[in-house]
Amino acid sequence: MASSSSSGKVEDLRLVSLVKDYSGVRAVDDISLTIPAGSFFALLGPSGCGKTTTLRIVAGLEDPTSGRVFIGEQDVTIKPPYQRPVNTVFQNYALFPHLTIYDNVAFGLKRRGEKDIETKVSDMLDLVELSDLARRKPAQLSGGQQQRVAVARALINQPDVLLLDEPLGALDLKLRRQMQIELKRIQVDVGTTFVHVTHDQEEAMTMADTVAVMNAGRIEQMGAPEEIYELPKTAFVANFLGQANLMEAEVVDRDGAQLVVQAYGNKWSVPTVRAVQNEGQIIVGIRPEKLRIALGASSDTEGTNSIVGTVTDASFVGVSTQYLVRTPWGQELIAFEQNLAGGDRIRVGDEVSLTWEKSHSFGLAGHENVDAGVMDLSGAIAEAVTESS
Amino acid sequence: MAIATEKATDARLPLHYRFTRYLRSHFIPAIGILGLIYLFVPIAVVFAFSFNDRLPNGRGSVSWVGFSTDAWTNICVDPNICRAVGTSLQIGVLSTIAGTVLGTMIAFALVRHRFRGRQSTNLTIFLPMATPEVVLGSSLLALFLSTRIPLGIVTVLIAHVMFTISFVVVTVKARLAGLDPRLEQAAMDLYADEKQTFRYITLPLVAPGIAAAALLAFSLSFDDFIITYFNKGPSITTFPVYVWASAARGVPPQVNVIGSLMFFGALALVLLAQLAGKVKRR
Repeated sequence: MASSSSSGKVEDLRLVSLVKDYSGVRAVDDISLTIPAGSFFALLGPSGCGKTTTLRIVAGLEDPTSGRVFIGEQDVTIKPPYQRPVNTVFQNYALFPHLTIYDNVAFGLKRRGEKDIETKVSDMLDLVELSDLARRKPAQLSGGQQQRVAVARALINQPDVLLLDEPLGALDLKLRRQMQIELKRIQVDVGTTFVHVTHDQEEAMTMADTVAVMNAGRIEQMGAPEEIYELPKTAFVANFLGQANLMEAEVVDRDGAQLVVQAYGNKWSVPTVRAVQNEGQIIVGIRPEKLRIALGASSDTEGTNSIVGTVTDASFVGVSTQYLVRTPWGQELIAFEQNLAGGDRIRVGDEVSLTWEKSHSFGLAGHENVDAGVMDLSGAIAEAVTESS
Repeated sequence: MAIATEKATDARLPLHYRFTRYLRSHFIPAIGILGLIYLFVPIAVVFAFSFNDRLPNGRGSVSWVGFSTDAWTNICVDPNICRAVGTSLQIGVLSTIAGTVLGTMIAFALVRHRFRGRQSTNLTIFLPMATPEVVLGSSLLALFLSTRIPLGIVTVLIAHVMFTISFVVVTVKARLAGLDPRLEQAAMDLYADEKQTFRYITLPLVAPGIAAAALLAFSLSFDDFIITYFNKGPSITTFPVYVWASAARGVPPQVNVIGSLMFFGALALVLLAQLAGKVKRR
């Protein structure tokens, strides 16, 4: 990339014990983390979890109540936003409506008195494929084009860290998927650290190298997307990142590397290393796509756990079918079956057995609420309404 | 065949429906046009009477005497009229500048800062607009007399700045309230310090509001009779005061000429601004 040659090395972003109180409400609760230079980092969480506040503290648009922000060795905590090597792609873009696309993109360079502004801007507009719209005003562009202008306007300054605040929230689903790939491509191209705030778990997993799941001002779990998806450590992460079946159980025995647990008359095994707690009450979790559904009683084999139940709902979604299965103790479990056979499917009312590999189970602390982080529909609708307004 | 039978049925909608639809689509525009005529007739009269001839005794007349372009070619035939216009322009420009600057700053303070007494300031700003001008004018006179400030152009300026500020504050506040604070944050994020952010982002975006406020302030000041009459003292005469004084002897058609010029001047300004906006958008 032409424009990323001069800035030298990119720096790590380090947050140390960040706290932010808003008149008695703790929005950010003691966050410490290091985001390595050049990585694509996602802060994922529901609205109000403190992810945007964290981002704004890094940008300098918000003062932390306590804690420090470092970029490399430099403490930028009390620096104003215009003295930080950080740029932001704002939610709804915040493009300057009275300036042309060219002037929007050139704004940062002009303020810093850079040379060769014209070449740099046209290179950047080439990168985001907007060269022929340089003389237009933002209002004359589509949502996707405005989004790319916002990225170009921030990225042209070669920041050490690029902050993205729900950058794709205003786009429709199809365009959003397209822009996810586009943004990932740009990030790989320029090698800048991207910190991406989103409430869309699929978006976070698609784009980021590292995902931090935030809840109530804290980071619940952090790691590579596949790592935290396969082995969530809390009920909130299990439910917010994808879907999960969580069942209350009690540890009754230990069999080598497996915990033997009992729940409602069933005996299952959970690998000891996949459980956060090794005794007493625990919660056994299993992802819906790991369950295999079959008609009739279970054919329990050596390596599997199983449950019997009744199908209460079956929705065919093309690549798969989603089943709801009611267990004898009244809990509804979700199972995804890939549409491999294409033939006769299991119907509502059928007696079925669900089996899964013992090694796929995970164990959570017994005191947790099994519904933590479950997308509740009324909340999601309220969020959609506020976003669109 | 099916098509043939359909042709036979009457495809037109019921008569009463077509009638109300006709009424709906024509009645409202008709009322609108009547409203516009109502608004423009006085201006047309002002313009028409600027071509009125004088009475044989040299005085102006409120009834039509005859067509003459005399008033247009000899505007300053009475030097007092042009001196009065000059005074009004001077007061208008000065009070507009002072009122716009002060009012804009108040608007920024009210929208951007949270301070003790903000809510009550918001309310008291409206008071001069709500108070009858006669009361304002006479009270100001009492104030000036008791503080022994000599009446003249200074007292008129003080009075005009006072009542224009409210209108400026309200106009600029509306514009500022509609300004997304994220635009300024974005500018700061893009290395613009506070001054640069104000100069390159805030000011250009609020400018249309400030310009509208200034125009409003000027027309209010130029137009004001009551407050000015109370506080001007004997030494100066503004245009409205001149018209009022000359009304007793018959208003000369030059007054209509000046009125028409003001109207066409304002119209030209608005058209120019729109034209400039269109060119800029291209």
